[in-house]
Amino acid sequence: MRDITLGQYINGDSPIHRLDPRVRLILTLVYIIILFSFKSILQMILALVFILIAYAIVKIPLKMLLKSLKPIIPIVLFTSILNMFFISGDVVFSFWKISVTKQGLYYAALMSLRVICLLAGSSLLTYTSTPIELTGALESLFKPLTKLGFPVNDLAMMMTIALRFIPTLLEETDKIMAAQKSRGANLDTGKLFERIKALTPILIPLFVSAFRRADELALAMECRCYNGGEGRTRLNELRLKRSDLKATLVFCLFCVLLVLAGKI
Amino acid sequence: MSVIRLENVGFTYQKGMPDEKTAVSEVSLTFKEGSFVGVIGHTGSGKSTLIQMLNGLIKPTAGSVFIDDEDIWSDTSKLRDKRFKVGLVLQYPEYQLFEETVKKDIAFGPRNLGLSEEEIEERIIEAAGYLHLSPELLERSPFDLSGGEKRRAAIAGVLAMRPDVLVLDEPTAGLDPKGRKDILEVIDNYHRKENKTIILVSHSMDDVARYADTVLVMNSGKVMYYDTVEEVFKHSSELRETGLNIPTVTDILLTLNERGIGVDTDIYTVEKAADTITAAVKREVHI
Ligand SMILES: Nc1ncnc2c1ncn2[C@@H]1O[C@H](COP(=O)(O)OP(=O)(O)OP(=O)(O)O)[C@@H](O)[C@H]1O
Ligand SMILES: [Mg+2]
Repeated sequence: MRDITLGQYINGDSPIHRLDPRVRLILTLVYIIILFSFKSILQMILALVFILIAYAIVKIPLKMLLKSLKPIIPIVLFTSILNMFFISGDVVFSFWKISVTKQGLYYAALMSLRVICLLAGSSLLTYTSTPIELTGALESLFKPLTKLGFPVNDLAMMMTIALRFIPTLLEETDKIMAAQKSRGANLDTGKLFERIKALTPILIPLFVSAFRRADELALAMECRCYNGGEGRTRLNELRLKRSDLKATLVFCLFCVLLVLAGKI
Repeated sequence: MSVIRLENVGFTYQKGMPDEKTAVSEVSLTFKEGSFVGVIGHTGSGKSTLIQMLNGLIKPTAGSVFIDDEDIWSDTSKLRDKRFKVGLVLQYPEYQLFEETVKKDIAFGPRNLGLSEEEIEERIIEAAGYLHLSPELLERSPFDLSGGEKRRAAIAGVLAMRPDVLVLDEPTAGLDPKGRKDILEVIDNYHRKENKTIILVSHSMDDVARYADTVLVMNSGKVMYYDTVEEVFKHSSELRETGLNIPTVTDILLTLNERGIGVDTDIYTVEKAADTITAAVKREVHI
């Protein structure tokens, strides 16, 4: 369970870690939009190089990135193969009834690069931002909506709590699974119905403990006089720094480079 | 009967990641049939990690675990059979309870073993007997029990599988002195009657000195001592240096020795200590 590296925060003190989470969030979003709006392979290669440089700055080992890419390999292969075979154009080579075209190869490479960049980019965001930072960023970005009566604060608190409990629940699932396996629970084999039934000994204790935790947390929050989000201040106020400006400038430079690359 | 043998066993969490952590390394030892082994060590010394490898819950990242001279990871389809031989009660086992009644919950293990209904019934009665669970309590929902009762119900669930080796990870954690004693007596009773191997992780030297015949001392993931109770507690001063507490009586005797009252320090039960101190007092008075 805990081998999932996607969406996991890696503690560190790189320049990217120190950026304002709002900047990190927005730059990542722009990066993703860019990936989908540019269509030349040169641009995609540039985007890949850019994200690899970012990984180097954060000092995340390449092995880790590759590991998080593993689950999407089948998707990448599948779309590439489809693209390769079904796009008509100049035939490169053909066998039997299938012919591979130049355009097909081009699109296959483009799509694969795009998916890889997409995953690498979004992983970088979660690798360098704690869930708390991210909700803080979202809360601050959506703050104007409060005026329209949208409960931004409450939603942010709910999201913070939900995110906070994901690792706890995973750990708990691990423990419960270990205990039931020790009692001979068979979780890996059997027919579909049997397998679903085999989950009962895990799900029931998990729900029981989740409800108990929710109860305890609500009580603890009430004891400390929590009464909704209105007017609450934060421990760490988000403030834009010089380094945030610099990072944004670097990113803009990269965008210009991409547009230029498209002109070639 | 089953003999567990570890050969150069090691375990690293998050292997290959930047935050990898070696919890156990180079452990080679054999748990003898019918012995009562007390496992002690600092928090974080790798006790829980080690015992989770004994029934194949986690796969060692180095070395091998043998049960009756068979590497348990050589054929993963047989792993489940091994789990019936080595019964593991994890730390805070209460969360494993899930059935409507305590009785049904205890039946979970035996049912997985594929026993007949009569035999399951028999196992429940036997396990409930060991853990002093009344017939009335057996019909209640496990979620309505007190902490101590839940703990006993959970242990009964493992005992009902009648494992050759019973491994318990701090079964008395968070209980009051009476609850602790009750559970330890149950384990001791099971050990004496069935002559099965017991491996008990505990933070209490007194409990280990009282019930175990063999002690395994873990220190930073390695075996520091693995010997009979007498031999291990001969190293009282070394144990004290590494910050482990030693049986209270041994501690008292060592202190007496330091203060210049000559007493034998290779003693770890209250009765023997009383005799020694009485003898020493008599001697001192004569002078
Ligand atoms: N799931 C895990 N992921 C990463 N590291 C872990 C994990 N579980 C344990 N560890 C680490 O492995 C080491 C050994 O842990 P273990 O739980 O085996 O100790 P222990 O001797 O049982 O301690 P305690 O007496 O507190 O129960 C510790 O340093 C711990 O931080
Ligand atoms: Mg432990």
